[in-house]
Amino acid sequence: MSSLSRNAVSLALLGVLLLAACEREERSYRGEPVGEVKPGAIVQGTLYAGAPSPPPPQRREYEGNAYHVSEGKRLFEWFNCSGCHAHGGGDIGPPLMDEVWIYGGELENIAATIVEGRPNGMPSFRNKIPDQQLWQIAAYVRSMQREVRKDVAPGRDDHMAVTPGEQNQPVTPPKPGGVASPSSEGRGP
Amino acid sequence: MPARAIAAPAASPPDDGNWVMAAKNYASTRYSELDEIDTNTVRDLQVSFTFSTGVVRGHEAAPLVVNGTMYVVTPYPNKLYALDLTKPGAPTKWTFEPRPAASAQGVACCDYVNRGPAFADGRIFINTLDAQTIAVDAETGRELWRTKLGDINKGETMTMAPLVVKGKVLVGNAGGEFGVRGWITALDAETGKIVWRAYNTGPDTDVLIGDDYKPFYDKEKGKDLGVSTWPPNAWEIGGGTVWGWISYDPELDLIYHGTGNPGPWNPEQRPGDNKWTGGIFARNPDTGQARWFYQAVPHDLYDYDGINELILLDMPWQGQPRKVLIRPERNGYLYVIDRSSGEVLAADPYFPANSTKGVDLKTGLIEYNEEKHPRVGKVVRDICPTAPGAKDWNPSAFSPKTGIVYIPHNNLCMDWESVEANYIAGTPYVGANVKMYAGPGGNRGTFTAWDPGQRRKVWELKEDLPLWSGALATAGDLVFYGTMDGWFKAVNAGSGELLWRFKTGSGIIGQPISYRGPDGRQYIAILSGVGGWAGAIVAGDLDPHDASAAKGFVNAVSDLPQRTTKGGMLYVFALPQRR
Ligand code: HEC
Repeated sequence: MSSLSRNAVSLALLGVLLLAACEREERSYRGEPVGEVKPGAIVQGTLYAGAPSPPPPQRREYEGNAYHVSEGKRLFEWFNCSGCHAHGGGDIGPPLMDEVWIYGGELENIAATIVEGRPNGMPSFRNKIPDQQLWQIAAYVRSMQREVRKDVAPGRDDHMAVTPGEQNQPVTPPKPGGVASPSSEGRGP
Repeated sequence: MPARAIAAPAASPPDDGNWVMAAKNYASTRYSELDEIDTNTVRDLQVSFTFSTGVVRGHEAAPLVVNGTMYVVTPYPNKLYALDLTKPGAPTKWTFEPRPAASAQGVACCDYVNRGPAFADGRIFINTLDAQTIAVDAETGRELWRTKLGDINKGETMTMAPLVVKGKVLVGNAGGEFGVRGWITALDAETGKIVWRAYNTGPDTDVLIGDDYKPFYDKEKGKDLGVSTWPPNAWEIGGGTVWGWISYDPELDLIYHGTGNPGPWNPEQRPGDNKWTGGIFARNPDTGQARWFYQAVPHDLYDYDGINELILLDMPWQGQPRKVLIRPERNGYLYVIDRSSGEVLAADPYFPANSTKGVDLKTGLIEYNEEKHPRVGKVVRDICPTAPGAKDWNPSAFSPKTGIVYIPHNNLCMDWESVEANYIAGTPYVGANVKMYAGPGGNRGTFTAWDPGQRRKVWELKEDLPLWSGALATAGDLVFYGTMDGWFKAVNAGSGELLWRFKTGSGIIGQPISYRGPDGRQYIAILSGVGGWAGAIVAGDLDPHDASAAKGFVNAVSDLPQRTTKGGMLYVFALPQRR
């Protein structure tokens, strides 16, 4: 095959890939800037005084976007979340791929955990992670328990396959009652 | 000259029935001279009393017994209990709560364990997870002093059992997975003031290498090797921690301690020998000055920490009496080292290692297997032994009656992928994806009886789960150890035959001890409570869908949650009371 025709084939392939990507979703490569997580944006429990207020709009934007989620996956390694949580199965910190949440499994809870830290050894990343990256990481954490759409969740890993890939994880929505009070003595329900 | 190995006499005084340090004596034999419980009577062994520690993380500690009181220290929050053995049921005499910082839990690599207290001169000494050493009055439980020695924001914790030598409390830090700089420190037992501190990386002045330093091998000689065997400044975050065992020879007046792995695990980020990690130091206990050093794993490739126990024996070696130390090393070799000079007399495999090809006794150098060399961007498969080693921290016992060393250990292999580690203070500094599984034969643990004089295995017991408990040998010709699914076992010291077993409430990763009670009877005690690196899947409710969880250990023990549950409990056994 001449190099010209090889290039043509690659171009055609690229075109198909691009088309497929376009069909999959519309990607905004930059999320809207969002302010630091304010206490007001975070709900720890499921009881509301009066009618529940709608969740902040960031959630749909970050969780519905494969680019943000895959960036979140890269950043999860980059900021060394994996050092303490492995690839979601947990190590020093609790597993993030299961349905058990100590401090809440909604996007805002997870973002708050990252910014504020938690008393039993979760470091605070306040002023260490730019806002957009924070929401990307939080969206990725949600994808570990497949709380995002299958086509948005990352597929197989490029490196050593230690998990089946977020896309292939069973959906494990946070369970009401799965929240244990923070204590040094066990995190299970 | 003794016909076979005996415990170094000056380091193993006659047994008075107490158990005042985790290793029983300075020679670290974990041997009890009590023989009321023996190969005939052990079948009647029964529970005498139990005690719930109220903590559910991994219980690796040895209980202590001093003149009618038992002392038990728990994993974080490091509660210290004194139990009155003179009263029926051993009620609590006092409880001491050191209240370490909760955040310390985030920088403990492998569960929030503690390996035991130490007793000397009416005081109990403990280390806390947030890197403090504390002295309390053994009688009243009143705090006498506390000294903060490390910083959890740099990833420093303390999990080892202190050793008290000549009025000094010897302690060291943990955090080799966090890029800490390893050290050993001596504190004045009276005041808690720091007498000396020796770092295990950096310039000779910090390592306390001076005129006294006379290593056996040329490879350990040179100026400031703790700096020059590293890339610029890498030694500042290079590991070499002291989270394992210390022994002491009063005759030679030398302490012996190991040094942990270099950081990060990814070896490509630290070309060089990475001194003084992965080796053994002999030091003067008064000054900390080094006498000799031997590096078992120069430029460690696999997290083969050199912190295991050092058993001090006197034995004939090729017709000559030698003062030796025995070290069942993480890399799979059992080292016999002349403890006055640092010369390696033997390094024989007690595990089928393929990561290395052997140790050259002339140069002291280990030969790595090029095929199993980790490289960034490549998954190297079937490396044996694994990161926790052929044997991790859990100590062996030695019986002078049989001349045998009893070694509880792992039989695991691993896949390893090096990745770039990014240093962020207070977070892990590892740089490897690891996945472990059962080694040759399919059993994950082995209990090996090794004759150091004959340089051979005498017998072995295959255990399904990794062995993470210590061993105890007794004059009743028994050896005790526990399994990760909760069986506490007594086997015949000569043959390995199982003579008695008891199922405790949780998996056992603790250190068994034996003592004479105030009533004159012999007792055996063990803490049950699964956890540690091996049991993190249960202690931390980890998810086996991720093979890399707990640095890859979860993959090897994914069935453990079906086999045991967490919960800390002391069990004490005795023969039925004769009437
Ligand atoms: C130094 C270790 C460490 C690092 C690094 C770390 N974590 Fe954690 N994390 C923990 C520990 C320990 C806890 C449990 C805290 C508690 O129980 O109070 C935790 C808790 C959490 C939780 C709450 C889980 C629940 O059940 O509610 C989330 C979410 C989380 N971490 C995400 C992250 C992310 C994302 C990163 C990286 C930006 C990260 N962690 C980095 C140790 C760490």
